[in-house]
Amino acid sequence: MSTAISDTTPPALAELAGPAQRGYWGTVGYRLRYDPVTLFFITILVLVILAAIFSPWLAPNDPYQESIIRRLKPPGYRGHILGTDELGRDMLSRLLYGGRITLTMGILPVLVATLIGGGLGVIAGFAGGFVNALIMRIMDVFYAFPSVLLAVAISGAMGGGAVNGMIALTLVFIPPLCRVAETATTQVRNLDFVDAARATGAPVRLVLWHHVLGNVLGPVLIYASSLISVGIILASGLSFLGLGVKPPEPDWGLMLNALRQAIYVSPLAAAMPGIAILITSVSMNMASDGLRAAMDVRS
Amino acid sequence: MFSYILRRLLAAIPIALGVSMVCFALVYLAPGDPIQTLLPPDADAETVDRLKRLYGLDRPLPIQYLSWLARVAVGDFGRSIATGRPVAEEIRRSLGNTVLLASVSVLIAFSIAFVMGTIAGRRAGSWIDRIVTGIAVLGVSLPNYWLGIVLVIIFAVELMALPASGMAGERFDPTSWEHLQFLVLPVFTLSMIPVGIIARTTRSAVSEVMNQEFIVTLRANGLPEWRVLRHALKNALPPVLAVMGLQFGTLMGGSILVETVFAWPGSGYLLSKAILTRDIPVLQGTILVLALIFVATNLIVDLFQSTLDPRIRRG
Amino acid sequence: MAMTSFAADAADERDRGGPQQPLLTVTDLRKYFPIRGGVLGRTVAHVRAVDGVSFTVRKGETLGIVGESGCGKSTVARLLMRLVDPDAGEQVFDGEAVGEQGGISVAQMRRQVQMVFQDSASSLNPRMPVQNSIAFGPVAFGARRADAVAMARELLTKVGLNPVLFGGRYPHELSGGQKQRINIARALALKPRMIILDEAVSALDKSVEAQVLNLLQALKRELNLTYVFISHDLGVVRWISDRVMVMYLGEVVEIGPADAIYTGPKHPYTRALLASRPALDPDQRREEAPVSGDPPNPVNPPSGCRFHTRCPHAEPVCSARAPSLGDATGFGHLAACHMQDAGSGHTAASVLQ
Repeated sequence: MSTAISDTTPPALAELAGPAQRGYWGTVGYRLRYDPVTLFFITILVLVILAAIFSPWLAPNDPYQESIIRRLKPPGYRGHILGTDELGRDMLSRLLYGGRITLTMGILPVLVATLIGGGLGVIAGFAGGFVNALIMRIMDVFYAFPSVLLAVAISGAMGGGAVNGMIALTLVFIPPLCRVAETATTQVRNLDFVDAARATGAPVRLVLWHHVLGNVLGPVLIYASSLISVGIILASGLSFLGLGVKPPEPDWGLMLNALRQAIYVSPLAAAMPGIAILITSVSMNMASDGLRAAMDVRS
Repeated sequence: MFSYILRRLLAAIPIALGVSMVCFALVYLAPGDPIQTLLPPDADAETVDRLKRLYGLDRPLPIQYLSWLARVAVGDFGRSIATGRPVAEEIRRSLGNTVLLASVSVLIAFSIAFVMGTIAGRRAGSWIDRIVTGIAVLGVSLPNYWLGIVLVIIFAVELMALPASGMAGERFDPTSWEHLQFLVLPVFTLSMIPVGIIARTTRSAVSEVMNQEFIVTLRANGLPEWRVLRHALKNALPPVLAVMGLQFGTLMGGSILVETVFAWPGSGYLLSKAILTRDIPVLQGTILVLALIFVATNLIVDLFQSTLDPRIRRG
Repeated sequence: MAMTSFAADAADERDRGGPQQPLLTVTDLRKYFPIRGGVLGRTVAHVRAVDGVSFTVRKGETLGIVGESGCGKSTVARLLMRLVDPDAGEQVFDGEAVGEQGGISVAQMRRQVQMVFQDSASSLNPRMPVQNSIAFGPVAFGARRADAVAMARELLTKVGLNPVLFGGRYPHELSGGQKQRINIARALALKPRMIILDEAVSALDKSVEAQVLNLLQALKRELNLTYVFISHDLGVVRWISDRVMVMYLGEVVEIGPADAIYTGPKHPYTRALLASRPALDPDQRREEAPVSGDPPNPVNPPSGCRFHTRCPHAEPVCSARAPSLGDATGFGHLAACHMQDAGSGHTAASVLQ
């Protein structure tokens, strides 16, 4: 008992231990608060998402209202803050509404693919052997397509449309997420602390839940967040090719395609949907990089 | 070494077969009767019947797949619905243009990005590193088809310095500006993503090598800085070259958007037109060829890397 | 302080055979790891990591296991915990066969046998406060979370760490010695009767190592524990062990009381190992290396006595026949060497005996 320290630790000492008492996610949040660059891009991202959600209240005009006499007017023209498009519709309203569709098409496939691909990867990594080989070899086949090509192939064959586009993107994202989850699980599975947990005699599901999943979740979520920007670019790319959303829906990629014809008349209008995509995807990438740094507790 | 090459080649076969199965399945993903997706809508009953027998569409799927595979193996991808020409011929015409576009883009991206990445990696954490990293993030965040449109606005519409789209003639002549000028904007656009990716890879490879002990030793021995850098670059080069090779394969299959923007008559543009006209035989054939090229590029990069770095061969 | 829950009971109710019955008996333990190779990835050979190992651990003693790296001592540890499934062999824990009909299950065995790993960093979950890592075992066996955490904090005190300061910390916030104390606390959490320490102090600084060794000795007395102590450090093993087992290429070459082994080693390999320690007195240091070269490949171990390729006393009989250790589950001083066996045909056999 010589090594034991008295139980009557002064309160000051207890406070010293303060920062360490935060949970894992608490530490992540604490670190993010001191990273102004990441905070800046997260703020932009939140604004973009809020603008998309509340577009019906924010949009000054009906995004579907066409006008033959007001086609391709410059920004500021008669209350059209960002001007009008090739059919005389209000650009700002269409960009706000377009955010809803483009963001949904970019984010939803990543979420679904994280569940499916991440789940398959954890199973493959923890089971090993035949199960692993079966899952991973199937993934290898889909991995053998460049992502743009696979998305185009599937949605092209299925005949386009927003839903088919999202199915195609989900299929594109499952293999890489599965690989990341499998690699992380295999790594964690071979660490001594998983052996130590198994050595307690605890059931496999508890070892998996408490010791494996927590350590796999981080890398998978970080990777998934970096895929969202790819998802947005790919989704609007599909619409640009005529494979995603159908007119007259306001989607950024589709707007880009339609306004391309008007390049000689109104180059600014042709550039605007692209700027919206660019801002969202840069913010997403930067926020994801910052999150990656904040989540690396060991650094 | 030989056993490793053989093992890699053998491992590529099931992948290539899997890829062919996915491409085969594309026809069945299409809504409606497969025969209708393979023929023009105005095809007469006799043609429909003949093709049905030829493709064995009344037989079970595995048999259909095998007979399709046998035809593909000898270069028979069927006929284009839009033009009536054999799909193989359409692909042959366009593939060269895409190879041209992708290889020039990757080479240019490499030369720009390698310099950028080396500068950033040597001074990791400095302001110049931040700028380079920022450009790299921008490169991969940029929708490149949009960049293409912006470049057209600036250089073709406003400045009228370069052609907006197309190509000068059937045969590309690299000695004539008349031909070369069509390549400038598409190449610049297409190299944006590889610049970002290669610059990042170079940066991390160089900064890692620069911190290794043998470099510190070289410095301590009083070697001039440029010779130290030469040693560092020699060690940083293999992973960068590997990434460059992979990027070539990605661009071959991923140039569809940029080719569409510039109406560049390559395989991506062919694909884009096939989508608009719902020309499923062309879609299927082009995707199969591009995906197989991607598989082959990955394989070559892998083998190339293993000759440079024997550690890869294990495991 | 509420320490009663961890005080050693006069008589452990789990004790079945009394003090005379060995706590652990291992007979003919074997583990071959397959090596895959060739174009198709078939099994082309096996690494004979553990090849017919038998020994006994008495209640309350410390058995040290020594040998060069790669001799199979760490595999023995993982086999004992059943983290790796043995290819053959019998394991009897306090009179009951482990994982066999009529015996105790692997899970029941694990509650009584715990392990401390060499790499103190990777043996703690980086995403978990250390007190939760300690509490995991009890929670998994149905303890209430609050009770388990309270007990974990009690254990922290026991291993010399203030729970107020350290309980909520993450592994990366601790030093190597502190992490190893946490690992010991975790091993204690299920109130085991036996702890396997696999190179548990090898990665620590000498001064920290001494503190942790003292802690281990104190805990052993207080909690009535039995240790299997695996290390390549002969000095540490002598200090902590009652008996010592020497392994070479997956086999036991010598086993016996620590003092007997260190003062009168019988096997040439043991002598070489002991001689290879740097002497504290510079005048005593030898010039030539006692054992030359690296150990042979365990994929294709030498015929007969596996040490004959490096043994200064090797004779034809050594490569022809494998020497036997005799009754390895006893407690005497035994060595698997033809020179110890009068009838072996080795020229030195009769002289030595």
